[in-house]
This record gives sequence, C-alpha cells and structure tokens, in this order.
Amino acid sequence: MSAQAEPLLEIKELKKWFPITGGFLKRTIGYVKAVDDVTLTVLPGETLGVVGESGSGKTTLGRTVLRLYEPTSGDIVLHEGANVMHVPQLDDKEMHHFRRNAQMIFQDPYASLNPRMNILETIGEPLLVNGIAKGTELEERVKKVMLQVGLRVEHLRRYPHSFSGGQRQRIGIARALVVNPKLVVADEPVSALDVSIQAQILNLLKDLQAQYQLTYIFISHAMGVIRYMSDRIAVMYAGKMVEVGPKQELLSSPLHPYTEALLSAVPKMSQKRKRLVSRGEVPDLSRLPSGCVFHPRCKYATDICKNEEPHLREISPTRTVSCHLADKLTLEGI
Amino acid sequence: MANETNKLVEVRDLQTYFYLYEGVVRAVDGVSYSINKGKSLGVIGESGCGKSVTAQSMMRIVPTPPAKEVGGEILLHLEKGTVDILKMTANSPEMRALRWKEISMVFQEPMTSFSPLFTIGNQITEAIRLHIPDLTKKEMRDRVIELLGKVGIPQPSRLIDVYPHQLSGGMRQRAMIAMALSCNPKLLIADEPTTALDVTIEAQILELIRSLQEEFGMALMYISHDLAVVSEMSDEIMIMYLGRIMEKATTDEVFNNPLHPYTQALWRSIPTIDGDIKRLNTISGMLPSPYTVHKGCPFFSRCEQRIPGLCDEAKPVVTEVTPTHTVSCFLYEKNAQVPMSANASTRVGTK
Repeated sequence: MSAQAEPLLEIKELKKWFPITGGFLKRTIGYVKAVDDVTLTVLPGETLGVVGESGSGKTTLGRTVLRLYEPTSGDIVLHEGANVMHVPQLDDKEMHHFRRNAQMIFQDPYASLNPRMNILETIGEPLLVNGIAKGTELEERVKKVMLQVGLRVEHLRRYPHSFSGGQRQRIGIARALVVNPKLVVADEPVSALDVSIQAQILNLLKDLQAQYQLTYIFISHAMGVIRYMSDRIAVMYAGKMVEVGPKQELLSSPLHPYTEALLSAVPKMSQKRKRLVSRGEVPDLSRLPSGCVFHPRCKYATDICKNEEPHLREISPTRTVSCHLADKLTLEGI
Repeated sequence: MANETNKLVEVRDLQTYFYLYEGVVRAVDGVSYSINKGKSLGVIGESGCGKSVTAQSMMRIVPTPPAKEVGGEILLHLEKGTVDILKMTANSPEMRALRWKEISMVFQEPMTSFSPLFTIGNQITEAIRLHIPDLTKKEMRDRVIELLGKVGIPQPSRLIDVYPHQLSGGMRQRAMIAMALSCNPKLLIADEPTTALDVTIEAQILELIRSLQEEFGMALMYISHDLAVVSEMSDEIMIMYLGRIMEKATTDEVFNNPLHPYTQALWRSIPTIDGDIKRLNTISGMLPSPYTVHKGCPFFSRCEQRIPGLCDEAKPVVTEVTPTHTVSCFLYEKNAQVPMSANASTRVGTK
C-alpha cells in the first residue's frame, strides 16, 4: 500500500450536479452541487473511508463512481491490469464488464432487497444480468458465496422477510461479491444495525477483504467505524473533498478546520473534555457560500476564505487538503 | 445510595407487556431504579431492550392496547407529597397535570414530533397554557420567545411564528427542547434526542441539554444506544437487555470496570474514535425472539461465561458489588453454585 503503487481507481475533477427545475416550462433554475470537483485515487487492496455529515455528498460520490448516477463532468478511471476503463464513456456492453469489477453494498438492508425474490434469485441476479453464469452453475456460485458471508445454504429459497437485519446485510454483501469484483463501494453498510450485529458485519467485511484482496470505498458518518475500517480517510463537506490522508496522520493532526471540528464533535468515552462546538449548520447545497464552503462556520476564517475558493493541494506526498490556511494552522486531533 | 429525600423518582419492579396476536412481548420485565433530584441517569441498550418503553411508561404514554403496565410502581416524590404514577389512569386529569409540568420528554424524531399544522410558537404556548393558565397572551408569547432564545434559536421573535417544516432538524430539536422545558419540569426524559442528527449538530444539542440541566436544576434520564453519548451525559448508567437491567453503576465504574458479561461484550464490540482496536469482538448469535419467555437470564444463549444448569434455570437477582454498582448476574452472587436444579428453583421461590 505504498504511495507509489499503481492506483486501482482514479477520480478526476468529478462533478455531480442535480438540476433544480422550476416555473411553467420546468427550466433549470439552479443546481444542487452534490459532488463538486472531487479528485481522489484509490489504491488496490486498501480501504478508503469517506466520512461526512448528511448532505456532504458522500453517498452521491459512491453512486457516481459506479455510474448509478451519470456524472455531470469529470472522469473516473478504473485500471484492470493493462486495461484502462474510462467509466463515464463506457457503452452498455462495456458497462457489464465494469460492473463485474465494481459493486455496491447499500445502506438499508430492509429496502435494498426485493421482497418478491428469494435469496437464490437475489444473489444470482448479478450473474444473470451480466451474462456470467446461469442454471446449475449459477446455483453453485450462489451457494459458494453464501458460505463465504456466513449464510446457511439451506436458506437458498427463502425470502428476505424471514431474515434479520444482520442476515439481510450479509445477503447484500453476497450479492455484491458474487461477481468477484475488485472494487466494492460500501455505503453505510452498518448504520441500520445494532452494535452487536454491526461488529459481526464489520469483521466479515475485513475478513473478505483479506481473503479476496478487495478494495473498499467505505462510506460512513460514524467516525469510530471509519477509524476501524480504513487505511486512508477522505473527509467531505458540502459536496467538496476537504481533506484526504492516511488514517493515523489525519486523526492525530488534521489539516482542515472542518476535520478538527468533526473529530472534536464526536462523543468520546475516554475523557470528558471541552469540545469545540462549531456553530451553524451544513449549508444549502443549491446556495453555497462564496469562497470556502466552510468559512461561515470556521473559527479561523480570514478574508481570503470568504472570497476565494480553495482547491485540493498536496501538503505532503500522502496528504491533500483544501484550505488556504493549512500551512499556517496547527490543529488538534485525537 | 443517597438518602431518601434526594430521590425524585423511584421505579419499582416495573412490568410493561405488549399483548399481541402472536403472543406476549415482555418489553419491560421487572426493572427497578431511581433518579435523584438534579442528577442524570443514562440508559443504554440495543433496539428491543425496552429502554424507550420504560420511559414511555413513566410518562404513561405507552399505546394501550396493545401494551399495558401490568405491575410495579413508579413513585414521584413532589413537594406536595408522593404519587404513584402507575395508579393513575393514563388520561386522567391528575396524570395530565404531571405530564409536561413535572416530567417532560424529548423524542427521537424531530421531524415527526411536532404537528405540521400549527406554528412552533402555537404548540409551545399550548403546553404553557394548560399548566399555567393565568398568564396573559402577551406574557405567554414573551415566555416562549425567551425559551426559544435560551435553546439557541436565532431571531426567536421571528421564528416563533414559523411552521415546523421551515426549520432544520437541529433547530426543530431545539424547539422540541424548548417545549419540554416550558413548564420547568423536575425530570426531563430524552429518548435518543440526537440519533437523527449529524455529529456537529449532535454536539451542539448535547452541550445545550447539559447547560440547561444545570440552569434549570432538573433531573435527566438520557436514553441512547450510543455509549459515548450516554457517558458524556450521565452521572449514572444502566444497561438494559431484553426488558431487564443487567448492570447499573456510576459512569466511571461502568466503563472502567464493567462486570456483566453483556456489558463487557458490548464494550468490546464498539469501534470508537479514541481507541485503536485491532479487531472487534462480536457477540455471537442474535437477539432471541421477543415472544420468548426466559426462565433464566435473558442473555444466556449469547453469554460467553454462562453456567448451564444455573443461568438458564433461574433469574439472577440484583447483586450489590459496591454501594454504587449493582449487577444482575450469577457470577457475582456469593452463594450461587452450580446446582442441583432443586437449589435453583428454591431461589426462584424466594424471589
């Protein structure tokens, strides 16, 4: 996982703007800039944790990377050995090939499974639609993946309603892994589960990663979960990537004031200490503040922050941040 | 324990059951605890452990039917004397006089706990009007504006006239807190008040509740599944599992020296921001079906330190380990031994 390794995925200046329409002719009167100018690389075999509050664009980022949303602009590049896929330009046939390499685990295990499909159909569907297997072969592969995620093969023909939340999430994981993907985007896979079940699923994801050399983009709002799962952490705020860096460095010495505020806000068990409570709320994504999107809540903000938008820049070979003042501030981590 | 006069609420052997078509769910199955004046009690548990139903029983707002408080007492010590909330009828004038005036509650969902049809000011005024009827309209309005300002709502004199949907989640939760505090209650029950909020907003609300608790001198019962949040908010913590209290102690004791196997397992299964954990410990198995009637300890099937023949045969009694630390587990009962199941059944008999 050295910095020199060939990246598996490169995201370049990716934007996903959702149009707001209004008036009689439903003309576009503005945009919700859910993901705005995000650049990121993901290395093979690593877990990149994406953390942010609701409305920060982390889910949209995950979905756009897999082209479940069409990107507004920018490029997503997946490297598969010598084969380089520019995801936004792929045609339908090539998308099938891409989907074999990149899969998603969804947040809500109650909403992401079709209640009218049994487990065999649910887990087998990616094999079927991507033309990978059918018939007995499909059933064999489904059984194999069910064992891998800790489901019982006898339950092959049961329907989702007869499973608990944790088991359903295992079904969702099996459905993502059945095509042997390289990249898995996990969007809040444990936030709907109880703590004791959450630990089981997190450990399962780690075991599967070690076994099959999976690469994860792990999206969560829970800092503790992100810390447990990630090798590197990317922090998002109001559609922008504010900071990316290796886990330990980012946690112990954040470079962006928002990261500092976020780390400080997380309730901790070890000590009761004075928190930096950041005032205000996440801005409306259709009416973002000028300059740095965080400046109205930032206690370090100066004039340049109000007027000029910062861009992601490298502070060290492994760390990037989008803050005008990053060189001048010494921020407190945990 | 502190002396009797300090106690505000005493709950003794509360049982709240849900009578459903499929069977009886013992949502709260014999819990006892007390909260002292001005102190805070945290309640931790996974979903289905009965923490919310316990709180709702104290407010007498559990939906009846299907639920019913079938046993126990909830004693509320007021200046004018002690009342047993469970003896009252849920919608009686006496109970209505207590609700919001002496005990009030902040709910989890800031989106759904206000009526969308009335303005924020209107709904808070209603609570005040019912309990302090002799205020004039102007006085009431001023009081609501003052309250909204206290909970950190900007421009309270303007926002008093907005509808709930015009406020963000954090602001709505602040308004909810303002409403809960409108009649200076002695006890505020907060049932997962920050679960639906983002962390930076959660931090704001937690600070707010803590400072208001100090200012108003009220007792707080803080319910959450998030251990870290509860530890920040509480003097004392109880851990619930399947309708029973497994362990209860001061915040420091319960974190530094957890005794119950469930508490210990829970602590090791949570990824925290400030502890570097190599691998999470998992609690094996799943919650048993809620219709199950447990002859012994409800955690038996998932416990790593279970004693077959003892733990599944009789219910452990509450054992005092230190004056501020009680646990309900056979491992800490001095004279508990692996039976002779006859021995175990006599224990049940004595309870």
